[in-house]
Amino acid sequence: MSNVGTNRVKRGMAEMQKGGVIMDVVNAEQAKIAEEAGAVAVMALERVPSDIRAAGGVARMADPTITEEVLNAVSIPVMAKARIGHIVEARVLESMGVDYIDESEVLTPADDIYHINKNDYTVPFVCGCRNLGEAVRRIGEGASMLRTKGEPGTGNIVEAVRHMREVQKQIKEVSAMAEDELMVYAKEHGASYEVLLEIRKNGRLPVVNFAAGGIATPSDAALMMHLGADGVFVGSGIFKSDNPAKFARAIVEATTHYDDYELIGQLSKDLGTAMPGIEMNTLGEHDRMQDRSE
Amino acid sequence: MLTIGVLGLQGAFREHKQSVEACGHEAIIVKKKEQLTEIDGLVLPGGESTTMRRLIDKYDFFDALRQFEQSGKPIFGTCAGLILLAKKINGQADAHLKLMDMVVERNAFGRQRDSFETQLEIKGVADDFEAVFIRAPFIAEVKENTEVLATYQDKIVAAQQGQFLAAAFHPELTDDHRLMQYFIDQVKKNKLKLATN
Repeated sequence: MSNVGTNRVKRGMAEMQKGGVIMDVVNAEQAKIAEEAGAVAVMALERVPSDIRAAGGVARMADPTITEEVLNAVSIPVMAKARIGHIVEARVLESMGVDYIDESEVLTPADDIYHINKNDYTVPFVCGCRNLGEAVRRIGEGASMLRTKGEPGTGNIVEAVRHMREVQKQIKEVSAMAEDELMVYAKEHGASYEVLLEIRKNGRLPVVNFAAGGIATPSDAALMMHLGADGVFVGSGIFKSDNPAKFARAIVEATTHYDDYELIGQLSKDLGTAMPGIEMNTLGEHDRMQDRSE
Repeated sequence: MLTIGVLGLQGAFREHKQSVEACGHEAIIVKKKEQLTEIDGLVLPGGESTTMRRLIDKYDFFDALRQFEQSGKPIFGTCAGLILLAKKINGQADAHLKLMDMVVERNAFGRQRDSFETQLEIKGVADDFEAVFIRAPFIAEVKENTEVLATYQDKIVAAQQGQFLAAAFHPELTDDHRLMQYFIDQVKKNKLKLATN
């Protein structure tokens, strides 16, 4: 007798990605460059976040032709994005054999109140979070992996840093709480008491937490690992740089050896121009993807 | 007390370290090849085999790992670790460390939605081992010198050949440390043997 889609199988898949880099790709050629550079997985997209930002309008699940092309091109796992709350986009991706679904604020939300009940699916999900309450709500809905939201497509690390620090700080706070305090914390943060109890007991989240949203250089990736990330997602950073293959390899190595500064210095030499970044205070309220869900 | 190294380039190395410690031994995360001289046995963890191979090459681990093997010390590979050990990988022109006389099939049970857990009988270890298979490989062929320790639906999922132990599943994702204990027992025996030679 065997069981598919159990928590251990879904969360375990993310455990295997730890210490690695997951790269956004828009076609087979990019997927192969990513695999060759040592990516642990690729995220198949129609457009990278910085292009979604530039294009404006409604961003949806990628054309299945692109996802299929990527699925056939590489042997590493393939992830793909569905709109927040879009049960059908998620089912379509699951039926295509995608290995992980990102219920992502990078796409325009389909439901402004409810996220997908991810416990219903055999395929695992990753979701974004800015703080512990959001992280625990997503775990309650069945997310098997988390990532910081950061601010996608900006090449600016400040929001990812804020979100990672916030989650880490709140884990420490929760770890020191008595049960009566924890119940009030659960109420105030809209978070499951049971999941909080588990976090308090282990001193960490019950799922892997990656960094995402604004990572543009090898040093950025290493910084996020220092702050406690289990690995990193790099979206626009790689294929918007001058030399994607070199850039991708440098980010992979900086993530593995995040405390070897001499090495990171070497890796950062002659990489060409990184993606042009965006300063946060130039973004209007409607440009902030991280605020699209709670 | 023994010192077991866990190759820490990428993947679930923290869980293996905890498993070694739960068995009462010291575990170190091996990130630099020089650390291989400090250990009695080595675990190659689960993760992405293509990523690990790239990092193995990048940091000159390849020859160091083969030297470690020649010293006679035991190596235990799980999932991606099993793939690294194999002499041949179906559908690929070249394999990685080529230490174990076996042919493996990658992602052999399907994609992530086909990943599963089941109870396994592992020869000499347990008859009710909770095995978690994630985009797992299986062993398609072994030679006479290799002992098959477990099968699932007639596919070989655990095997041992001399100093090498390989499992297609992830013992580190459960609290069942019996397979790790089995490996540590092999390391212990081997250490005595190396000391008397």
